[in-house]
Amino acid sequence: MSIIQFKRTFKHFGDLAVLDGVDLTIEEGEVVVLIGPSGSGKSTLLRCINGLERITGGDLIVDGLSVAGGPRQLRQIRQEAGMVFQQFNLFPQLTALDNVAFGPRRVRGASKAEAEVQALDLLAKVGLRDKAHSFPSALSGGQQQRVAIARALAIKPKVMLFDEPTSALDPELKQEVLNVMRGLAEEGMTMVVVTHEMAFAKQVGTRLIFMEHGHIAVDGDPREVIDTPPNERMKDFLRHVE
Amino acid sequence: MTTDWSIVLDFLPQLLAGAKVTLIIALLGIAGGSVLGVVAGLMRAFGGTLLNGIAFAYVEVIRGTPIVVQVMFLYFALPVLAGLRIDPMGAAILAIVLNAGAYIAEIVRGAVLSINKGLTEAGLAMGLPYWKVLLHIVGPLAFRRLIPPLGNQFIVSLKDTSLFIVIGVGELTRTGQEIMSANFRAVEIWTAVAVLYLLMTGSLTLLLRVMEKRMRIL
Repeated sequence: MSIIQFKRTFKHFGDLAVLDGVDLTIEEGEVVVLIGPSGSGKSTLLRCINGLERITGGDLIVDGLSVAGGPRQLRQIRQEAGMVFQQFNLFPQLTALDNVAFGPRRVRGASKAEAEVQALDLLAKVGLRDKAHSFPSALSGGQQQRVAIARALAIKPKVMLFDEPTSALDPELKQEVLNVMRGLAEEGMTMVVVTHEMAFAKQVGTRLIFMEHGHIAVDGDPREVIDTPPNERMKDFLRHVE
Repeated sequence: MTTDWSIVLDFLPQLLAGAKVTLIIALLGIAGGSVLGVVAGLMRAFGGTLLNGIAFAYVEVIRGTPIVVQVMFLYFALPVLAGLRIDPMGAAILAIVLNAGAYIAEIVRGAVLSINKGLTEAGLAMGLPYWKVLLHIVGPLAFRRLIPPLGNQFIVSLKDTSLFIVIGVGELTRTGQEIMSANFRAVEIWTAVAVLYLLMTGSLTLLLRVMEKRMRIL
């Protein structure tokens, strides 16, 4: 069943069409890797899915609901689409545990005890149970990003959106985050990932999309299109990334 | 003329009564000013054109005029303009509310806007309504950043009460002035007045220090 449907979707910033009539359908269980040069619209495409950017034309359906709907509908969509940011964005005044328990308590209305039990499970899942009572400032970038993934999972989303989740990390810390993401993919989580990690795209991705000037220029099997780019500019782009 | 510190003791009850009036004006003024300042600051930060415009005009008018002029206006001009008669104490408190409110509005606006936008996005992305993001995420973080500049403003407001000598409120400075004009003991009386102010501002500083320590400023 398709969970995300872009229908001739436009996003303008002023006169600039950052998404220029995108058509794209993502099925449940897919791991879609979005790549493309800076300014190609890949982050905007991701941020339109949970309405952090509002579309300016066409339609975009997430789990049966249009992102162009009212605030209540948008909040419903956001509860089905967990997001992980490049800069982690953990709440600095809360411990790792409280960060993860925050969503269930404030969004889902879970009790404190209930939320904490679940949060501990999620922290264990990302390998950070022992850091439950640490504040974000006491964690490495990789650890913070794993807490951020646990926090996004805590609201039990149907799809996970990753916006360059390893771009702010030192090379030796990227792997621990990618491993957690790989685990999620293996459990069958639907994922949309903006990244420059081509090895991850090949090993974990089920679909690769190369964006350019607000269009989808290439859409195919990651191994095939990365090894033999069907498009001159994509070949160029890959040379710069690797 | 030799100094005679024992006369301070004679006038202490009178000076303490003045200090009490100062404290009442300051505390009520600061409390009201904080409420007004938070509202105006949030209007500045998040209000649409209209709300932002109203708050902006208020802040500019207050910041651009001396507090002595403001209290004179409240006490002498308002009765003429609106037929509204306020007693000196009421005018004094209202002046501090309005004056502190304007400065606190700017403090609140600055603190709220200094919180990383990414945190707001993280909250929204979970499906929280905007007001809950402000209440549970931005608010607590901004509050920590508010404390140091807010403490500064509280001390300024407390000392500003001395300017209400011009409308005849019996606060500490006015009390000192009255004693002085009867016995000309300038050194003793003004020293005592200064020490009483220091005790009040010192307690305020201490209170804020404790608050800062108990809360990690992030």
